[in-house]
Formats: sequence, C-alpha cells, structure tokens
Amino acid sequence: MLKDFFPNVIPEDLWEATLETLYMTIISVIGTLILGIILGLLLFLTDRGNLWKNSFINFLTATFVNVFRAIPFIILILLLFPFTDFLIGTIRGWEAALPALIIGAGPFYARLVEIGLKEVDKGVIEAAKSMGAKSHTIIFKVLLPESMPALISGLTVTGIALIGYTAIAGVIGAGGLGSLAYLQGFQRRDFDVILACTILIIIIVFIFQFIGGFTIQSDR
Amino acid sequence: MIQIKNLSKLYQTKHQKIQAVDNVSLNIDHGEIFGVIGYSGAGKSTFVRLINRLEEPTEGSVVMHDQDITKMPANKLRKKRQKIGMIFQHFNLLWSRTVYDNIAFPLEIAGLSKAKRKEKVLELIHLVGLSGKEEAYPSQLSGGQKQRVGIARALANDPEVLLCDEATSALDPETTDDILDLLVSINKRLGLTIILITHEMHVIQKICHRVAVMESGKVVETGDVLDVFVKPQSKTTKRFVQQLNPLEHEKDKLSDFINDRDDSEVIKLHFIGNRARRALISEVAKKFDVEINILQGSIAPTQEGAYGTLFIEINGEKTILQNAIAYMKETGVEAEVVEHA
Repeated sequence: MLKDFFPNVIPEDLWEATLETLYMTIISVIGTLILGIILGLLLFLTDRGNLWKNSFINFLTATFVNVFRAIPFIILILLLFPFTDFLIGTIRGWEAALPALIIGAGPFYARLVEIGLKEVDKGVIEAAKSMGAKSHTIIFKVLLPESMPALISGLTVTGIALIGYTAIAGVIGAGGLGSLAYLQGFQRRDFDVILACTILIIIIVFIFQFIGGFTIQSDR
Repeated sequence: MIQIKNLSKLYQTKHQKIQAVDNVSLNIDHGEIFGVIGYSGAGKSTFVRLINRLEEPTEGSVVMHDQDITKMPANKLRKKRQKIGMIFQHFNLLWSRTVYDNIAFPLEIAGLSKAKRKEKVLELIHLVGLSGKEEAYPSQLSGGQKQRVGIARALANDPEVLLCDEATSALDPETTDDILDLLVSINKRLGLTIILITHEMHVIQKICHRVAVMESGKVVETGDVLDVFVKPQSKTTKRFVQQLNPLEHEKDKLSDFINDRDDSEVIKLHFIGNRARRALISEVAKKFDVEINILQGSIAPTQEGAYGTLFIEINGEKTILQNAIAYMKETGVEAEVVEHA
C-alpha cells in the first residue's frame, strides 16, 4: 500500500536519512546543552549583583552570544567551513554539520538558560550562602536543580529548532532527511519523497516534544 | 557571647549615599533571645546580614567567641557560617528538594557521610514536629510547615547562634505563635542564642529577653523587654508599645471620667512581674474609705514575667484619696494620676 502512495521512495534511503537526522539532532542537542549551560551560567554569574560579578567577561560572553545568534544559520554553515574542515577533517556528511549546529543553537539556548537561572529565587541563593556553601555547590546543587524545569523546556524548544537546522544543513551536503527531500524529491520532481521526509521530521519533532514534556512532569 | 562594635553599612550609588546601619554596638549574651525591632527601612534586615556577612560591613566588628567575623578570610567564613543558622521571612527552601533533602542540604555542605546525614535529619524532623512529611515537597506544605523546615535546616550543623530575619512576618497569628513556641523550646532545650528581627511588638513581648529598637540605622533604645515595655524612652519605642497595649488607644473613652474635682481621680496602674498577681485593689478598698470603680484593664505575658495595665476611678474624701494613692505607690506598683490630655 505504501508503494502506491510513495512510488518513488526507496525505504533503505529513507531509513538511512532518518538515522542521519537523528544522529545530527541528538549529538547537536547534547553539544548545545553543554555549550548553552556554560555560556548561560557565565552570562548569569558575571552579571551585576551575582556570584562572579565581572562586567568584562559578561560583556565578552554577551557579545559572542549576540553575534552568533544574529547570523542566519545557512550563512553560519558557510562561514564555519574552514573551522569544520580543521575540526572534522571534511565538510561533507552529517558529522560536518555538527560544529555549525552546536555553535548556531548554543547561544540561543544560553539565553534561555540565563532566563531560567534569573527565575531562581535570590533568597534561596542567599540561604545557601548563609549555610557556608561554596560557589560550585551553589551552581550544581542550587542554581541548576532549581531551574531544571526551565532548562528542560528551553532545551525542547532549542532541540526542535535544531531539527529544522539539520534539514537546512542537509541541503548543502550534510545528509539526512533534508538532503533526501531536496536531492531526490525537489530536484527530481518526486513530490512523494518530500512528503515522506516531511512526515518523518514531524514524527521526530513530536517524539522530542513528548520526551521534553514527560521529563518536566517527572521532575516535579 | 557576641560583641558587636560600631557596626555600619553605607550603600553608595552614583546619586546618593544610604546609611543603612549606623554605628551599632550591642552585646548579646549566651543563651538569650535578643530581639531587634524597627519599622521597615530601619535597617534591621541589613543589620542581621552584617552579622554573618551576607552583607559586607563598611565599618565595625562582630566578635563571636573571640573570633572577629569581619576579619575572616572567605574559606574560614564559610566554615563559621555553618555554625550560624539563619531563617528567613520567605523560608527560602529549595523547591526541587523534599523536606528531607532540604534539611540534609547544610549537612552535605558540611561534608557529612550519608549515614550521619540520615540520623541527623530524622532527629531534626522529629524536633520540629514534621514526622511523616519527609518526602513532601515545599509546594505541598503550609507556611508554618515551611518555616519548620527552615528552622530544622538552620539547626542542622548545631549552630551557636540562630539569626531570624522576620521569621514569622509571612505567617498568620496562630501559626506565628506555634513557631514562636518552637523557637522558645529550642532556646531552652539546646541553650541556643537567638537573634530575632521583627516589626511586630508581640513577637518581642512573647519570646525575647532583651530588645533593641532600631530607627534609621541606629539603635535608639535597648534593655530588658519588661523595662522597655513599662518605661519606653524613645518615641519609636512608645509607638511600638502602644501598638501592643489596646488600652492606649482607648484613652479617649476615659475622658468622661476625668474631672477636676478633688474627691475623684482616674488612676493608671502598672503591674510588673510578680506584683501583677497581687490583690492590690481589694487591699486598698479594705484599708481606706474609698470607692473604687474599675474602668478597664489588660495583662500581657513576657518571657520575664507578666505586666499589666489597669485604669481605675477612685472616689473619696480628698485626704483619704491622697493617702490611698500614696499607699499604692509604696507597694511598688506604678500609679499615675490621669489628667485631661
């Protein structure tokens, strides 16, 4: 029956493309999580009235975040070609998309992390200080756990944006469902391939949304 | 036990300087409940944060057990803070942690083993009366229960002193009384020194031994709670005391009884401590040929004994009246003839 609706879809290709999209998404989400938390913590902690108040580092971090958030993703990939070549050793394939994906989404997530951290009650931080807590205790046992719901929902939003980015990256040679839809669907005028890719991407997004929602609920 | 000398805090912004705490010197004894009262903005919250250096003092020293807290390096200060418990108006519990884990938090900071933490936490949960709530999250607790968690948490590392920053201000009157009772019992059982900041006079009246009154960063009056209640010196203190004594507001209603005749006087009596139990009125009525008419009265218990106020109208021949009044004064009860305002 599937053959009737999608006459031009080759199941093996579709499966491979789906896996590539999943790999790209999962690894770049992990990378974004790490980069975003580090940048978000730096933004928050070096801000006025906070633990490591330092206007110079705050300015540097904010500038980095703002600049990379301002660059359109497709241009960012092109811009990072030399960097990617140096880091990964190639500019083709799904691995080559990772640096651009992480550097593109990390700063976005960093702002969401910063917002989440700002929501943590100042009184709770003060209470931890009054108990004699060190900075790393305050960061890992107060700030991050207390802002966990915001961090997770932020990561869900960023992750879904990342799935979109992987499709864009696919068009310029990163593989995955975006690449399949463009090369086999659009360029050969096989519309059913585009449709199949779309459905699979939507399913991945839904799964992502579900995992995010579920994690927040079980956290409370 | 705690010597506070010339403690000051100056906030400096581009446009103005604010002297939040102005040259405060106090000595706080071991095992006492010391109250600091003031209206909002008087600098009492800043003052209490200077004691454990959540705010850095601009001047002065805080010496606890011969150690100057104001001169400690950061790592030593962190160790010292483990011995200075603190509770807050808005409890400041960790929302992501259960009651059990909230109380275990200061023990984690102090580096206790898991087994030792468990023993201590269960003991504390029992002490503050929260048995059965170990696995509840703060969002599932009432205000009073949250403050009990706060108290248990503050006591976790066996502190030498407990700082209370408006600890009951967010609670309803009944819960406030429960929490105050808990503080008194902890004070008695553990011999813990408590420094308590509040804007409510009845908190001072109910549990404090001594009190300092703050106004615009300065301590304007300090002394035993009973003395301050009976003989408030400063204007601010008088206002606080009046807040508590409902009779002070009703003085106007007595004006009908006050007159210029010699054979009738309105007298305000202060009973302090054990004298409050004395049957003074019936003694006077038996000894002198006067008629006594009780107008209104009230009694308030404090940690150091009760103190009461009584307004009476006394009628009789002029000389007998004078003698009766003199007799009342001799007994040590404060008697004050009320004139027209």
